[in-house]
Amino acid sequence: MNTLQRHRKLTAIWASEPGVRGLFSTVNHTDLGRMFLAVSFFFFLVGGVLAMLIRAQLATPQSAFAGPEIYNQIFTMHGTIMMFLFAIPTFEGLAMYLLPKLLGTRDLAFPRLSAYGFWCYVFGGAMMLVSMVLGIAPDGGWFMYPPLTGPLYSPGINTDFWLIGITFVEISAIAAAVEITVSILKYRAPGMSLDKMPIFAWYALVTSLMVLTGFPPLILGSILLELERAFGLPFFQAEFGGDSLLWQHLFWLFGHPEVYIIFLPAAGVISTILPVMCRTTLLGYGWIVASATGLAFLSFGIWVHHMFTTGIPHMGLAFFSAASTLVAVPTGVQLFAWIGTMWKGRPSLQMPMLHLLGFFFTFVIGGLTGVMVAVVPFDWQAHDTAFVTAHLHYVLFGGFVFPIMAGLYYWMPHVSGRKRFFRLGELAFALVFIGFHVTFMAMHWVGLMGQRRRISTYLPEDGWTTINLISSIGSFVLAIGIALVIVDLVLHAFAARRSRRDPWKAGTLEWAMMTPPPAYNFASLPHVNSRQPLSDDPDLTIRLARGEGYLPEPENGWRESLTVEISTGKPDFHVIYPTNTRLPIVMAAVTGVFFVSLLLKFYWTVPLAVVGVTILAWRWAWSLGHKADLPLRAIGHGFELPNATQVGQSPSWWGSVFLLTANATFFGSLLFGFAFLWTVAPSWPPPVWFSASLLELVLGLSGAGVGVVAIRQSARANAQGRDARVSLGVSFAGALAMAAAALGIVLRAPTPTEHAYGATLLVLGSYALFHALLGALMMAFLYARVVRGYTSVRRHAEFPVVTLWIDYLAGMSLLVLAVAHLPGLLG
Amino acid sequence: MVVAVTTAFVLVGCQGELSTVDPAGPAARTIAQIWWVMLAGAGAIFALVMTLVALPFVRKRALADKAQHERLWLVKLGIVFPAVVLLALLGYGLVAGESLLPRQGPDVVSVSAEARRSQWTFGYGDAPGLSTEHVLHIPAGRPVDVSITSTDVIHSFWVPRLAGKIDAIPGHVNVLRIEADAPGNYAGRSAEFSGVGYDHFAFTVVAHGPSEWEQFIGSGMP
Repeated sequence: MNTLQRHRKLTAIWASEPGVRGLFSTVNHTDLGRMFLAVSFFFFLVGGVLAMLIRAQLATPQSAFAGPEIYNQIFTMHGTIMMFLFAIPTFEGLAMYLLPKLLGTRDLAFPRLSAYGFWCYVFGGAMMLVSMVLGIAPDGGWFMYPPLTGPLYSPGINTDFWLIGITFVEISAIAAAVEITVSILKYRAPGMSLDKMPIFAWYALVTSLMVLTGFPPLILGSILLELERAFGLPFFQAEFGGDSLLWQHLFWLFGHPEVYIIFLPAAGVISTILPVMCRTTLLGYGWIVASATGLAFLSFGIWVHHMFTTGIPHMGLAFFSAASTLVAVPTGVQLFAWIGTMWKGRPSLQMPMLHLLGFFFTFVIGGLTGVMVAVVPFDWQAHDTAFVTAHLHYVLFGGFVFPIMAGLYYWMPHVSGRKRFFRLGELAFALVFIGFHVTFMAMHWVGLMGQRRRISTYLPEDGWTTINLISSIGSFVLAIGIALVIVDLVLHAFAARRSRRDPWKAGTLEWAMMTPPPAYNFASLPHVNSRQPLSDDPDLTIRLARGEGYLPEPENGWRESLTVEISTGKPDFHVIYPTNTRLPIVMAAVTGVFFVSLLLKFYWTVPLAVVGVTILAWRWAWSLGHKADLPLRAIGHGFELPNATQVGQSPSWWGSVFLLTANATFFGSLLFGFAFLWTVAPSWPPPVWFSASLLELVLGLSGAGVGVVAIRQSARANAQGRDARVSLGVSFAGALAMAAAALGIVLRAPTPTEHAYGATLLVLGSYALFHALLGALMMAFLYARVVRGYTSVRRHAEFPVVTLWIDYLAGMSLLVLAVAHLPGLLG
Repeated sequence: MVVAVTTAFVLVGCQGELSTVDPAGPAARTIAQIWWVMLAGAGAIFALVMTLVALPFVRKRALADKAQHERLWLVKLGIVFPAVVLLALLGYGLVAGESLLPRQGPDVVSVSAEARRSQWTFGYGDAPGLSTEHVLHIPAGRPVDVSITSTDVIHSFWVPRLAGKIDAIPGHVNVLRIEADAPGNYAGRSAEFSGVGYDHFAFTVVAHGPSEWEQFIGSGMP
């Protein structure tokens, strides 16, 4: 097979459907990455227009431009869109597009999951847009503090759009995070040990792990608040044993890591581009990895710095103040590693470098003002003033938008295969840079002069008129700059010359392919010996296209790749990917029916949607696997690999591990909420405790024990070639027993609408019940797989996956039972 | 940058009835001082970092010794430098914060503030039964502890020229120490977004001289 034949054959296997139809059935990471980025850029523009409206309103005192009802929607949606529909999806899209290319492989771990996440994002985002067009958008601020957003003070549907729409969108964040984590750990080129990974992959890994542990508290908070709004469960109402502060804890437990979830991918972009712009390699790779990881850990310990004015004791605040300023240390290590990289090399002022300089200038100021507001007494003054608005824009625009713009100009030739022809970018950068600083420097100042955030108007005698006008003028200069970037992009798409390969002379693998990239990325997979494989071997691109790497000969029309051992990068399993399918978009649509039904309170369609999602998920999992054992696959260079469906720790197993990590964080947040209400909320203890039932306790305990033991016996039976069905049936019964015990808590939770205690028990019981039923469903699935011949002594990968879920179910059920029954038993 | 900001302050001035940098009481003065110290420090650090960013563009040759290079950038500049600066700042912030806390004392006056949307109601420890709306009366030159709560949504009690802010949260009571140096009117704002009506959700603190204060406590009329 020569190079061209190989290209044609691989393209036929990997290509998405032609034309528009392809958009709906593609599962390819390059397509989905581009789609993610296009949609997130659209939302950036929508959020930007809203920002312009805010600045138009505030440009003059007593403005009649928008009344507070509309203005509150505008600033709420500005924040919400920029955070949830622009920043996070931009990371997801960028990571999806780049990672397999950087890691020297052909696709992400779970291609259909990428597509499902994308469509959840699109549908959820569309819900938010609809609310805006109809003038019933959320208006309680992007932070959604109850009681203001509770049923008493925000009876309209506006808040529900936020709680339900954003939760829908978060599915895409969790899906992408699982996807990216498993992809980075397992789907790399042979030889790429962890210490040879491109730095962006490290950042994406840390970010994804943060998404998995940072988003669940927000999802929990949203569910609790929606339950309060829809069914009157008083989690946040002080007179009924709830506490509005619980929301603030849950929200900022998410909200602060969120800032680093946004910053770290951008830092990954900087660490990738800056050395190339300076014709050198990154200074202190190991230090940077360590400090990014340290930042991730620290960021979970500082959420209270958003709550310095809520009356927490001063020594408690001092701890969080120290932790918050401490964040400047790992940030400082990264910053000085970058500057040191510039000293090490010879920086040149190419287009991406301009935006990197914009980053340095802006982000350093944002960091310094960040240290200022981390000092407790100063925050008592600055909190909720325009000073904080200015600070956060310096951090987010400086720490995210400038680096992403650098990335845009850096990877544009990769996406399009063209090079810039018109030089609009430089002018655009100048306008964005000047406009930004005029806008937000002024805002620091007006904040110190006492202007609060989120006011829709002010009086001439407040003395803020001039500053606000300057700020608004700056924002319009900024907007013109962004518009020029769009013009530049459009011109690039229609009127630019072909670029040569690797235009920046970079050393990373994404440039070791033709541009625009082919659907399969690499005709054969490289063997990696360093962090700069392309610098080591400039002919690598040609050699890979010629088929000198791994897996050069496509077989059976399969989309093939391989996985590696996590730390060493030694190839371990052979992977066959699913192909184009509309299953993800259909499943996302049915998931949407579920969320819209909740929003519109069409409760009779909710079970229909649940059944629909269940059937589709069943089909999803069913379509994987084989009815006969697969032989070892020769991947070239003397390696023969077993198929990933015939091993214990398959990609699905790893996916489950990380999904359960997120799930456990959700459960942990729920327990935290319970403990918080118990110890801090007024109106405790509750009027009645849950009456303990020995019968239910024994039922649940024995169910957990039986379930865990029997699922292992079934796996052992399968491994020994015996019939696994009987022990699967026993394990199924165990799950049902756990379901019954959980149902007892749900049904007997005392007066859930009258006290937060009963309401929390209801949620805990429902959570356990849901997982017990899910476990039973998995067992039924596995039973059907055994019956239909999808398992064998060698094809045993599905047993460990189900075992993992049953173990989680059992452990979690025990905790729920203890939390519900023990107070009654002991007291 | 720093010059520009400082010039701007000088030109337009720091005055304003809501200005945090035009303090009229000890707490606000302490915080304003923290601000000016931090501004100066931040300006110096910013200038240093920007110089370090700019120099590689003008310098002729790259640095040679790699190990020493790494140690300089990562250990000295990356870790030691921020750690030292932050430790000093934290200590300063902690001591300053402690000095602002409400503590018992012979001449401390207790008042209460209860917020609900568009209205603050104030009560007086020295005159049970007396209450005022929208206007809080205090004696000048004496520390006043305000016990703050809310009956509907979350609000925040903020008199920028006297002190920082603290939230009014349903079911909780937070105490804020304020003090005015001299008799006069001080503008207050509710500083936590509370929906429509937030724009003009304001109150006033009126500080009285000793005799006026006695009169107010006695009769409810200043």
